[in-house]
Amino acid sequence: MARIIGALTSSHIPSIGNAISNGKQGDAYWKPFFDGYKPVLRWLEQEQPDVAVVLYNDHGLNFFLNNLPTFAVGAAPEYITKDEGWGLPVFPPYKGYPEMSWHVIESLIEQDFDIAMCQEMAMDHAFINPMRLFWPDENPPKIKTIPVAINTVQFPLPKPSRCYALGKAIGNAVASWPTDEKVVVIGTGGMSHQLDGERAGFINKKFDEMCMEALLNDPESLTKFSSLELVREAGAQGAEIIMWLAARGALQGKVSRIHSSYHIPISNTAAGVLALANN
Amino acid sequence: MIAAHSVQLTKQLIPGTYIFDGRMAMKGYNLNRMCYSFNSAENRKKFKAFPEAYCHSFNLTREQIHAVTDLDVLRMLQLGGNIYYLAKLTGIYGMTVQDLGAQQTGLSLDEFRAMLASQA
Ligand SMILES: [Fe+2]
Repeated sequence: MARIIGALTSSHIPSIGNAISNGKQGDAYWKPFFDGYKPVLRWLEQEQPDVAVVLYNDHGLNFFLNNLPTFAVGAAPEYITKDEGWGLPVFPPYKGYPEMSWHVIESLIEQDFDIAMCQEMAMDHAFINPMRLFWPDENPPKIKTIPVAINTVQFPLPKPSRCYALGKAIGNAVASWPTDEKVVVIGTGGMSHQLDGERAGFINKKFDEMCMEALLNDPESLTKFSSLELVREAGAQGAEIIMWLAARGALQGKVSRIHSSYHIPISNTAAGVLALANN
Repeated sequence: MIAAHSVQLTKQLIPGTYIFDGRMAMKGYNLNRMCYSFNSAENRKKFKAFPEAYCHSFNLTREQIHAVTDLDVLRMLQLGGNIYYLAKLTGIYGMTVQDLGAQQTGLSLDEFRAMLASQA
């Protein structure tokens, strides 16, 4: 049986991509941020997972408002990257794992998650940047991926409790996949930030710190928030924390913290990374 | 608890925050559709050459066209723009999210950056 070895959650701020491409990891502005990933990279080096299930949100690259799924699972042999409109680099495609994707899809439907199914899907910075952060030496990395898109563009967003339950269902799906592959679940986005409105620039360190703690010890407590309450507490785009909650939901064993790091600000955002082991 | 009844969301329940619900999505559909087209370099070029004509080809309202040509972010939000799409428009003019933040809060760029850093 396939096994989920842990969850990695990370901000996906667009400017991270340019910082990597321009080799700015050592600059004063970026160093504390990139240093925060080093312990996670050591863990990945040691564990060598085979598959990454990546919970992310599309920012208007693959999906538009004409056809916007709440939850969508990729089932493509590869995932292309495309021009997002503001100068981020385009990369060779990321490796898919369609056989396992279809297993996950069938299992999710069986568990009453009526997700959309995608045999073509273009990835934006929300997928690419965490992949580049976690596998800095090879882009694309060898790991096989299964992207799962969660709508954060159009209200109503899926409820945090529902995202957590989706994660749980993904955990069940992986556990019934008949290989001994190691799977890591990745949740991208957040932490607190707001790009739009008179409240632009809003950051909530206290709330982020509470989330980091709760994701480790008491994830259920985060399912009590409504989407709007997340917007109020974490900022309009801080609601992206639902991907972290979904990733946490996939961990069913004894969960321990490998590492966490938090830094204000990167761009307009409180940047965070959290790595949890599942034993 | 904030009650989540979609049609009422647009009355700012959270001050300074535009919730992009169904009503806003209907209002801003063409504006966002135009911004979505900026995923293509060729379309960005076409827009930049003749902004108003490009807006017309997406059936934007007169108000929306003014907001677009003025790069007035708050106005575009009020007219149904969604920030994920609008960022593709402002990106054409090299505006970063800090530029957007400064404009919307009425701060200078340095003041806005200092405000971000002060929350550490
Ligand atoms: Fe995002």
